[in-house]
Amino acid sequence: MKPSPFVYHRPTTLEETLDVLAEVGADGKVLAGGQSLVPLLSMRLAAPAHLVDINHVGGLDRIEVRGGGVRVGATARHAAVERDDRAFDAVPLLRQALVHVAHPTIRNRGTTVGSLAHADPSGEMTAVLALLGGTVTLSRRGSERTVGAADFFHGPLESAVVPGEVAVEAFFPAPTGPRTGSAWAEVSRRHGDYAVCGVGALVTLDDDLRVAAARVGLISVGPTPEVVDVTEALRQLAGTLTERALRTAAGHASAASAAGGGA
Amino acid sequence: MTDLHDVALTVNGVPRSARVPARRLLSDFLRHDLGLTGTHVGCEHGVCGACTVLIDGRPVRSCLLFAVSVAGATITTVEGCCEPDGSLGPVQQAFWDCHGLQCGFCTPGFVTTVTAYLDENPDPTQDEAREAIAGNLCRCTGYQNIVASVLRAAELRREVRA
Repeated sequence: MKPSPFVYHRPTTLEETLDVLAEVGADGKVLAGGQSLVPLLSMRLAAPAHLVDINHVGGLDRIEVRGGGVRVGATARHAAVERDDRAFDAVPLLRQALVHVAHPTIRNRGTTVGSLAHADPSGEMTAVLALLGGTVTLSRRGSERTVGAADFFHGPLESAVVPGEVAVEAFFPAPTGPRTGSAWAEVSRRHGDYAVCGVGALVTLDDDLRVAAARVGLISVGPTPEVVDVTEALRQLAGTLTERALRTAAGHASAASAAGGGA
Repeated sequence: MTDLHDVALTVNGVPRSARVPARRLLSDFLRHDLGLTGTHVGCEHGVCGACTVLIDGRPVRSCLLFAVSVAGATITTVEGCCEPDGSLGPVQQAFWDCHGLQCGFCTPGFVTTVTAYLDENPDPTQDEAREAIAGNLCRCTGYQNIVASVLRAAELRREVRA
């Protein structure tokens, strides 16, 4: 239960970080919050020869509301994003989902961008990014690229980040439309534990309060976060979105699930 | 691979330092290198909460941090949750009053977590108290007495201030 030895690097600028990452290549691993990485190291499921600690790189902990959404830097803690009122006003789904990420103590250290780079299929933030159609910016020595959520998650614990790169920022676009709302719900075996299933929803109503667009993002049901457009289903089942219509829709969904063999 | 790092930080108001390998977990650094065995190590992968300490007043799992990564930080362990004269602090006293512990293994994590929580929310409801300790496991008490301890600690802190 102790990590293997590694060479520790503590860069203080992004430039220095990229230099170190370029030198150590595939033997290197970026350490941000470490709330997923350190258990993997302690259990020796991972044993990188070099750890590049980005916690002391200036300016990476920014949380900015600009360009039509929320930009979160690589070392911004989940707790900081969760508490940021401007970020909540712009993208309510961030806080709605973040309160389900582990426990407050973990959120005090874990980072939102690190959670994305870790690409755990049970990670709430993966589906939030996918549902909103967000992006992750990856830097390496001499170049930078921005990858859309659809191309960022490759499989369980596999993201688009390649050796030599570091995820420096995630962008969560603000939902558009005057009657757009969001919500997050999940089921877990214990409070704060990994979700058995989690779902985020983004629903837009038209002038007659009928469902104009509805999408859900799901975690823990596949190798990567899944985004499903449920606009047609909701229109047919619910028509005008009232509480009664929602109950009817939920009833149909349960019946369909039970008919599926209860798997 | 045996490179050592000088790690200096402030623990419970006292500057402390030791020369350790990079892979030294903060929990082991506190216990083995500084001799502060109040911080307990349970699961060692961030689930049980026994190793919780405060960094700049915020609770974190010391088993999920490398000491070298938090060099320079200000840390509070359970040993620092007492009064300046060494008598029990309000959270410790409340756990005593309400029988909030039996074997005591998980207690350091609860005391640090609750200390930080009451700084933020000095007057929690019973539900909030339960939510506040949701990240800490106790296999003895069934939690009822720990929830009562959180509420009692809030009461004691208010009395002190009044």
